[in-house]
Amino acid sequence: MEQKTKVHAEDGKQDLVITREFELPLELLFKAYAEAELVEQWMGNKVLKLENKNHGSYLFETRDPQGNVLFRANGVIHSFVPEKNITRTFEMENAPFPVQLEFLEFEKLGPDTSKLTMHIVYKSVTDRDNMLKLPFAYGINMAHNRLQEIIEKLK
Amino acid sequence: MNLRRDVFQAIADPTRRAILLLLASQSLTAGAIAANFDTSRPTVSRHLHILAECELLLQEQQGREIYYHLNAGKMKEIADFIEPFRKMWDDRFNKLEALMKKYKTE
Repeated sequence: MEQKTKVHAEDGKQDLVITREFELPLELLFKAYAEAELVEQWMGNKVLKLENKNHGSYLFETRDPQGNVLFRANGVIHSFVPEKNITRTFEMENAPFPVQLEFLEFEKLGPDTSKLTMHIVYKSVTDRDNMLKLPFAYGINMAHNRLQEIIEKLK
Repeated sequence: MNLRRDVFQAIADPTRRAILLLLASQSLTAGAIAANFDTSRPTVSRHLHILAECELLLQEQQGREIYYHLNAGKMKEIADFIEPFRKMWDDRFNKLEALMKKYKTE
């Protein structure tokens, strides 16, 4: 079966392209990005601020059950054209990753299908590769932590 | 981790990527591979050596000839490297799709 979400990352380049085709009309796909309470539900973080307009900005946050901040990200919305495109920056706070530039393009494919193309430009090739490796490294860490937990229990 | 970096360096070169593509559907000798490129035979040999060192290519003796073919397992490892990143976005977009499908019917 063909994958719905594709990542195109060429070697030695500082950008990448994520594409996804949705079984949703364009209006609904765009709405999922435009309304804060919807963004919260599918992104899985709190939306503290989301000014969807030219020269607006946003702030996302995730806390653990004890109230400690696990993740905070912010950016400025350079331009916002409903049902067409969003150009914005994204930066994680307290993380060793520089700000990145994101071009989001929303396209109508049919009455009930649509496509999102996300073109992300990083500060350098190394920064892009580090971002790409992040979930991979996270997966290894998770496996490593689980292994340690098991070992701790055996002691 | 060191070996992994070597693999990525190996595929960063366009000639080496072309060699991998060439061998995707067939096993070939060094001579037959070199015939596909304008570069000199020793240059192609050097590329083959690097690819073999990273275990992306396997060598097989057939009579007097050595045939090169792809090491599918190692190639899969490279594809898998981006896979967690792709999966993260796929999960997110699946959630978005499910959420908005429900939104539509409500």
